[in-house]
Amino acid sequence: MLKLLERLLKDKVATEAITFKEGEAMPYLPDGTVVTADIIKSRLGRSLHVRHLDAGSCNACDFEMGALSNPYYDLHRYGIHFDASPRHADLLMVTGVVTRNLAEALKRSYEAMPEPRLVMACGDCAINGGVYGESYAIVGPAEKVVPVDIYVPGCPPRPNVMMAGLIAAADMLAERL
Amino acid sequence: MELHIKEISVGELLSEAKAYSEGGRHPLTAMFGRDERSAGGGFAVYAVFEFPESRELRGLKAAVGESMSFPSLSHLIPAASWFEREIQDMFGLKAENHPDPRPLVLHENFPQGVHPLRKDAPKEIEFIEGKHTHMHTVSGEGTFQVPVGPIHAGIIEPGHFRFSQAGESMLQLDAKLFYTHRGLEKTMEGKTALEVLPIVERICGACTAANTWSYCQAVETAAGTAVPRRAEILRTLVLEIERITNHVGDLGNIPAGVGFSFAVSIGTRAKEMMMRLQDSLTGNRFLRGFFVPGGTARDFTAEDCARAAEVLREVEKNVLDLARIFAQQDGFQDRVRTTGIVRNKTARDLAMVGVGARASGYAHDSRADFGYGVYPELALKVVTENSGDVAARILVRIGELKESFRLAFALMEMLGREQGGHRTELGTPQGEAAGLSESARGSSFCYVAFDNEGRLDRIFVRSASYANWPALPIAVQGDIIPDFPLINKSFELCYACLDR
Repeated sequence: MLKLLERLLKDKVATEAITFKEGEAMPYLPDGTVVTADIIKSRLGRSLHVRHLDAGSCNACDFEMGALSNPYYDLHRYGIHFDASPRHADLLMVTGVVTRNLAEALKRSYEAMPEPRLVMACGDCAINGGVYGESYAIVGPAEKVVPVDIYVPGCPPRPNVMMAGLIAAADMLAERL
Repeated sequence: MELHIKEISVGELLSEAKAYSEGGRHPLTAMFGRDERSAGGGFAVYAVFEFPESRELRGLKAAVGESMSFPSLSHLIPAASWFEREIQDMFGLKAENHPDPRPLVLHENFPQGVHPLRKDAPKEIEFIEGKHTHMHTVSGEGTFQVPVGPIHAGIIEPGHFRFSQAGESMLQLDAKLFYTHRGLEKTMEGKTALEVLPIVERICGACTAANTWSYCQAVETAAGTAVPRRAEILRTLVLEIERITNHVGDLGNIPAGVGFSFAVSIGTRAKEMMMRLQDSLTGNRFLRGFFVPGGTARDFTAEDCARAAEVLREVEKNVLDLARIFAQQDGFQDRVRTTGIVRNKTARDLAMVGVGARASGYAHDSRADFGYGVYPELALKVVTENSGDVAARILVRIGELKESFRLAFALMEMLGREQGGHRTELGTPQGEAAGLSESARGSSFCYVAFDNEGRLDRIFVRSASYANWPALPIAVQGDIIPDFPLINKSFELCYACLDR
């Protein structure tokens, strides 16, 4: 155990600065404004409480959301936390295409949130249905059921792109408060 | 792989299934329905069994007549229960004498008499309001219910759990799932083998390689296409990498069930190393785009393998650390031992697969049983434990990780010696075939049937989670409700690939 602790203490810190690949699809707002790295930098120091809602995803977006809490990304350092209830949340982070069996849960979670509230469509399925398209079991993209404030594209979006979206949402919230 | 189908009448289904099963010696892989009315036939019910001694999948195909029903096999083969309920929902074929005939896939919002996998099902289906699903509960003095979900507190997929409690003890658990049912099997009908590939890859986020390999095996068999040896090595290697990623992720996730965040940090960090390795090798953190019918989309260079070896050695160190930490923490051992037990008999009755089966002393492993890819050359060691509890499922994963590291290094060496291409042209698939590959959770089965123009007429996907979900309500009985998250995580069942 002592040896292990010694080794862990010597290990270098895994947490990294946020970076993007060249030409990587970035989050954008309904008016088309693209979220850039400069905007992100200017928006540190905010706070955002997030409620996740899987409306019919394949689980990949959800896994990447989970990764946001690992030591590499350490989302908490940006003042962003995941909540257990929509009643405590500022942002509803919707993953997946909205299925017939989850449309009501999505609507009721949104209605349970205090104002001001934001909705993120996270991943291609939540934005436009992605590869799933239409079927008897699918209602459609998130905005068919709740109003969407920010889109995070990708299948799934890489964790850094999700972070950019969350930081931008934190700033949007500050403007509305 | 070949699927040997025996056509029978519906009246013979019970006796034929009994003979095929031999008291569970040949596990029931899957049951599913098919609508062949447009080709001049009728409805059919398939039951597929594994014959590991001859490395064969054998299926019964029972033609359903005007009665629109078939005898339930669930009394004889408990593993049949959910499959039969799904056939009732999707095709409107009644399973006679089923012990629990409630709808499974379709929820209370679905109108009665509409069965979406029938070829003539309407495209637009109305929403029914005001109906409720009947949940199984326990009644009596002092008992109470705890409803949980479909939306859970963490970043978890949706499902509704109804616990019947006596104090802290869980007397009974009933689960209502299929919230993320997207109707994918219907969506894939009428498309070509290549058109549906992106959908197959997105049935589930965690088992892309396994689900897609099963699908590719099925399509390649139907097309009579032989895959180059280099592709077989690459596929086997990537499947083991996917297993390492998932098992490492689970070792970092199970301790979260008891609030052991030190172990969670080590595990989630090691998982991120694997996700980045997957990205650098295949161009996608979830391995999407790598498996294609006919081979693989990419080849690995010697530099790729050197980089992979470096990461794998680092991840292996973390796994050994975790194994030591788990063993030394009495508080952790106290929580995981004798918790969430699945007996060996239960595992066999339910035809469980993967870690869930092997932790209960049931050595079910499609890599050993069917020997696809280059597994026959690798002298695979199937890791088992006997106690069937959370501790056993952790130990099986640790044992399998050690084995997967060994396999990955052996496969990279093999790759260095093997010349030749990694992809060949896919022929036109015809008729029906199946595929099977071992995901981190257990075997993933895929059945395909093509029409004369090479378009999908039917696809059925039975992921490992499908086979293991029915074991969860049994595993929790008698344990205390605070242990539910721990037991649930120890199986790491996926909702998306069950729900489809």
